[in-house]
Amino acid sequence: MMFTILQKVAYSGLLLLAVIVLNFFLLHAAPGDVADTIAQSMGGADAETMERIRADYGLDLPLWQQLLEYVTGVLHGDLGYSFFFNVPVTELLLERLPATLLLVITAQLLALTVGVLLGVISARRPNGLASHFVTLLALFGYSAPVFWTGIMLLIVFSLMVPIFPVAGMSDATLTGGWWAHAVDVAHHLVLPAITLASIFLALYSRLCRASMLEVLGSDYIRTAKAKGLSEGQVVVKHALKNALSPVVTLAGLQFSAVVSGAVLVETVFSWPGLGTLALQSIIARDTPTILGILFFSSLVVVVVNLITDMVLRLIDPRIRTGVA
Amino acid sequence: MTPTTMISRRKLLITTAMATPVMVLGVPLLAQEPQRGGTLVQLVEDTPRHFNPAVQSGIATGEPGTQIFASLLRFDEGFEPQPYLAESWEMSQDGLKVTVTLVENATFHDGEPITSEDVAFSIETVKKYHPFTAMFAPVDSVDTPDARTAVINLGRPHPAIYLAMSSQLLSIIPKHIYGDGQDIPSHPRNTENVVGSGPFRLTEFNRGQNYILERYENFFIKERPYLDRIVTRIIEDSSARAIAMENGEAQLTAFESNPRDIKRMEANPNLEVTSEGYAGIGPLVWLAFNTKKAPLDDKRVRQAIACAVDRDFIVNALLLGTAAPTLNGIHPGSPFYNPDVDPYALDLDRANALLDEAGHAPDANGTRFSLVIDYGSEPTKPMAEYIRPALKKIGIDVSVRSAPDFATWAQRISNYDFDMTWDTVFNWGDPVIGVNRTYQSSNIRPGVIWSNTQQYESQKVDEIIAAANVENDPEKRKQLYFDMQEILNDDLPLYPVYTVPYHTINSTRVGNPPRGIWATCAPLDRVFLKS
Repeated sequence: MMFTILQKVAYSGLLLLAVIVLNFFLLHAAPGDVADTIAQSMGGADAETMERIRADYGLDLPLWQQLLEYVTGVLHGDLGYSFFFNVPVTELLLERLPATLLLVITAQLLALTVGVLLGVISARRPNGLASHFVTLLALFGYSAPVFWTGIMLLIVFSLMVPIFPVAGMSDATLTGGWWAHAVDVAHHLVLPAITLASIFLALYSRLCRASMLEVLGSDYIRTAKAKGLSEGQVVVKHALKNALSPVVTLAGLQFSAVVSGAVLVETVFSWPGLGTLALQSIIARDTPTILGILFFSSLVVVVVNLITDMVLRLIDPRIRTGVA
Repeated sequence: MTPTTMISRRKLLITTAMATPVMVLGVPLLAQEPQRGGTLVQLVEDTPRHFNPAVQSGIATGEPGTQIFASLLRFDEGFEPQPYLAESWEMSQDGLKVTVTLVENATFHDGEPITSEDVAFSIETVKKYHPFTAMFAPVDSVDTPDARTAVINLGRPHPAIYLAMSSQLLSIIPKHIYGDGQDIPSHPRNTENVVGSGPFRLTEFNRGQNYILERYENFFIKERPYLDRIVTRIIEDSSARAIAMENGEAQLTAFESNPRDIKRMEANPNLEVTSEGYAGIGPLVWLAFNTKKAPLDDKRVRQAIACAVDRDFIVNALLLGTAAPTLNGIHPGSPFYNPDVDPYALDLDRANALLDEAGHAPDANGTRFSLVIDYGSEPTKPMAEYIRPALKKIGIDVSVRSAPDFATWAQRISNYDFDMTWDTVFNWGDPVIGVNRTYQSSNIRPGVIWSNTQQYESQKVDEIIAAANVENDPEKRKQLYFDMQEILNDDLPLYPVYTVPYHTINSTRVGNPPRGIWATCAPLDRVFLKS
């Protein structure tokens, strides 16, 4: 098992390097650069100013030299300087990371718990009213564009019934201790987390339902029932544990999708995370920041996949013994 | 989006009846005695790169930058200079010397006095690093005979210099901070521990979230600013900003240009919505032509297109009446705007006649020739789409080309890889700063967006620009620009259509809301909150 994991880590390293090189060339293949967008932010600039900006950021060097410098930097743990904000990319990322993690993890947990719960409920009576309701909800959550869901929630819960704040992560005018601030952040988190969870909720509930139906029909469940176990014990202890495996796999695989979904949700709610930063830096052609974010999110996805793998080993003994 | 529309319509019906008396009452309320204290929550769209307007122009830095840093002059609604950090100012007879006297006892936020040395240093810095090089290009040197007097020596007369001393265009920055030899555009003190000269101090900056400005107790104008704090929240999404204004989370937002959101906020009785205050910024949208590319190298073709594009339809239908039409590449609110030029009102017969005359006969399908139209920003997309059916009527087959982002579009346009494009360009107060660049033949600079990307060349226009640049008599200068607009209206390197529908929205609780010519890119020291 140790060897398999080491092998996976080595592959992941190569993958990350490929991500950097590929993205570097992709970004430079697009016409225009940060000098154009800085000129835009300034309402225009003359040729001399633009040349100075390009020289300042080394954009006048040959492409291979820029790539070499960048890769060398990354290998030394240095993600470079943001062209647009003039601060180290690492600093920018670390500033934004907590917000994104908070949003993504909350949304993922919310989607998983509620999704599994809904899946189990609808699997118990596949043709009941509740089941149809869950199907409808899932379909709606899955097909509604996430920014639309976000804006609708805003209109309902921030404007018509103003119980949640419109945007941001905290109230800058708030005074009080850390508890007040924690409550404030939680208050701001509700709508974005629900919005982001809505997409995956659908997926998880459908998958959990299907997998539960399959498991509930198998022999060992009949045996468990025959042993005289209660309905609850059969469903939770015997059926769900086995039915959960595909859901966890999917949750792991979906993690990258959650991160990209976060870009949209963060933008709608002005959530100060990596998503808004990614969007801003793409628009601004802030190459080091985009590369930094891409590198970092690939890293996260790779790590999450490794973790998923290990979690699966824990809950499903079949993988432990078989070849991974 | 149907639910949104329904809400706003219902609200509109309920509130229109109430709105009128509130507005009438609003006038005497505005005149009420200003009050000290309170926290104003303001909204902005973008995170500033940093807070030093001396080396970074634009709105994102200008809004906080003009609170943190003071300029020598401020301008009223009528483009008249008013004292600010400069108590008095005077130009010599020959127009080659401008003497500025500073107010007494002005200090930076760290308590150091603001002296003529700082003025000289700031002008030098702006001249060297600010992207609008035309502002101080004629300045040879700045003398500092005493701590409160600065004498600006000009190589030639420069009537635009007063405007260049206003608001964010000339921020007075501390020499004892920025003169330490570090590169000023990337100076760490542009963001951290910023020491300014204006009414508010920067006390907190959370990139992508907010920045907080606190009242500077020793500001050089007694009793001001009235507010204790301005908390500025950065919200990128226009609808989210509108909702925050509507539910009272914020009291001020400016540079709002989404017609639907403006309309919604207009229907709210607790909000004041105005398009006043943008004459200095002078944001214009026009249809630009590549004048070196056939068939657009023929001015009759350009005129024909202008006659087929219905300015009223764009303003009233596509922009829901939130924008104002403009006949020139100078903002209608500017004293230099010439209202008496040919408006090229919708006239398909005239358009067809012009095209026939230019020798572009329609083929069997009624098509004369094909063109491609680009657009530089998302809000102008509907205008680009509108051009297709509009020009179809005069036999021009148009296809729309979109760009994935600004940089791509900028590269295409500035390297002349285009036929026509919708373009949004700002005047920045004086023609010398933001207008000349569009038409001067010397400013055809490949790769530089918002230069003369039309590649327009006219000796006559070049001469007028050169003459107006050094004409200190306001009436004569105005006449020169009037003549220039006549010529441009006939040559039509671009067809000016409308002003960007920028609006300032404030809660009715806000007293002395920002207007002027720079909207919120000007000191908010007179703004107060009614109890």
